[in-house]
Amino acid sequence: MEYFLIIISAIFVNNIVLAQFLGICPFIGVSNKLSTASGMSMAVCFVITLATLVTWLINHYLLVPFQLEFLQTIAFILVIAALVQMVEIVLKKVSPALYQALGIFLPLITTNCAVLGVAITVVTKEFTFGGEAHLLNLGESLVYAFATSLGYGLAMVIFAGIREHLALSDVPKAFKGVPIALVSVGILALAFMGFSGMVK
Amino acid sequence: MAAKSNLVNMVLVLGTTCLLCSGILAGAYALTKEPIDAAAAEKTARSIGEVLPHFTETSYESVEVDGKTYNYYKAVDGDRLVGYAVESTVVGFGGPLSLIVGITPDGVVYNTSVLSHSETPGLGAKCSTDEKFIGQWKGFNPAEKKLSVRKDGGDVDAITASTITSRAYTLAVENAVAAVKAIGGDVNAHTGASVKPMEEASNE
Amino acid sequence: MSKFKLITDGLVKNNPTFVLLLGMCPTLATTTSAINGLSMGLATLFVLVLSNMAISLIAPVVPDKVHIPVYIVVIATFVTLLQFLMQAYTPSMYETLGLFIPLIVVNCIVLGRAEAFANKHGVLESAFDGIGVGLGFTLALTVLGLVREILGSGSVFGWSFIGGRDGMLAFVMAPGAFLCLGYLMVLFNKFLKKD
Repeated sequence: MEYFLIIISAIFVNNIVLAQFLGICPFIGVSNKLSTASGMSMAVCFVITLATLVTWLINHYLLVPFQLEFLQTIAFILVIAALVQMVEIVLKKVSPALYQALGIFLPLITTNCAVLGVAITVVTKEFTFGGEAHLLNLGESLVYAFATSLGYGLAMVIFAGIREHLALSDVPKAFKGVPIALVSVGILALAFMGFSGMVK
Repeated sequence: MAAKSNLVNMVLVLGTTCLLCSGILAGAYALTKEPIDAAAAEKTARSIGEVLPHFTETSYESVEVDGKTYNYYKAVDGDRLVGYAVESTVVGFGGPLSLIVGITPDGVVYNTSVLSHSETPGLGAKCSTDEKFIGQWKGFNPAEKKLSVRKDGGDVDAITASTITSRAYTLAVENAVAAVKAIGGDVNAHTGASVKPMEEASNE
Repeated sequence: MSKFKLITDGLVKNNPTFVLLLGMCPTLATTTSAINGLSMGLATLFVLVLSNMAISLIAPVVPDKVHIPVYIVVIATFVTLLQFLMQAYTPSMYETLGLFIPLIVVNCIVLGRAEAFANKHGVLESAFDGIGVGLGFTLALTVLGLVREILGSGSVFGWSFIGGRDGMLAFVMAPGAFLCLGYLMVLFNKFLKKD
């Protein structure tokens, strides 16, 4: 039940793009086409979950016991950068097909603030799933990270669908490109606001 | 422009940068630790000062009620007990809602203050700004008034359009009152007497 | 190329928000009021100037293949320094901006300027470039924050002109951020951008 709450909350109520404003750059940048958008979402999903696993472990078994929390930001971003590189190398060797699909997005993910954002959030923010405010344990963190990235994918795919239509419509000159995209995201965010308060 | 890469200079440069930066941060951490702690201490002192009458000293203690631990500050003025500032966290509309609730030894709420919340801006977030809502907690006596919102048959005026936040706030106060009851008893016996008459006088 | 031009370029011609479309996340997330936008802008300015200077100094000795991780470590160091300073001297603003302070590390503006400018120029020029771009970012955030505050809370820099009544709340929440930025960009395109 608790995991279910985390999943609903992370995908709909606190959607990472539409409510938390994380990962906007790639969201606007690569959502022109449905195919690239879904490729990017899959890559992000993979990296966010893996990065959260590794940074959670590092935080609890290295930084906290040795009182090195002040190195959190620097350690996390290094881990994420290294992880992205490793994933790229491994993927190239193990699954060239997947690498073909995700390859071009991987380097971009290091500076996708969604990854660092989720990694920092799960070790610092108190959640109230299941009644009491507490920091997430490893299992909850992973579910949260995975569900969050699903929410990212959902927002991305919906938005790419909208943009494919936008590209064909007659938009006033000053609105062309990013401005009209932002206005559409605003309306999408308005729709997602309907979910607020659904999960406490 | 950038130097040519080989294994030696790559490892050397990256390693040195990491070491140097960690060193700088460790130094900066040591230097800023004192002001950071001071800022945090000042914030706590300020919030206790908001919810309790004048005091000279506090001690940080905790009490367990129904399996839940509550941390509180016991405030004294000289050797007279002034009251308790109880930290109480509940689930709000958007996430945790943390209050500090000041309760005098006679069990009356002196004042409340929001420590942190993640309520909706303009709606639930008013629990820390709406004067009418905050004001009603000053001198709220749980022995005379019912601790639940009017919609549920109590005596608490809810924030317009934010019943869930108001309920959560009320619950947090209720928990704090229960915590003080659990601390209560023997403490009241030897210090409460000097405080109680004064409070009653001011209430009338 | 005067120092002055470096600064004005950052403000209008290369405005990081309206022209280059960089650093969208903090732009949208922290501009719930003018003062929050201004603070976030200044925090980024601080990191941008220092990291630009540091990177222009070390760039010649950094091997090409590891330059991104090295730059990120340098940037993360300044961000952590900023976190310490804010925790110590402006704790309430640190809480308001929250997650978005550590996230300056992955703000594309900072790494972007390091890659595009600081690693090819001298310390002083890099500093001025940092100031220019940082000010451009601060300006954009303050304007966006101001617009959202006026519409959403009915106040200007915390001074309320509707006497405690509610503004149009949607504008301080997520949808308003996207809408306001979209419309501001339209105005910017219409009146300031030269084709």
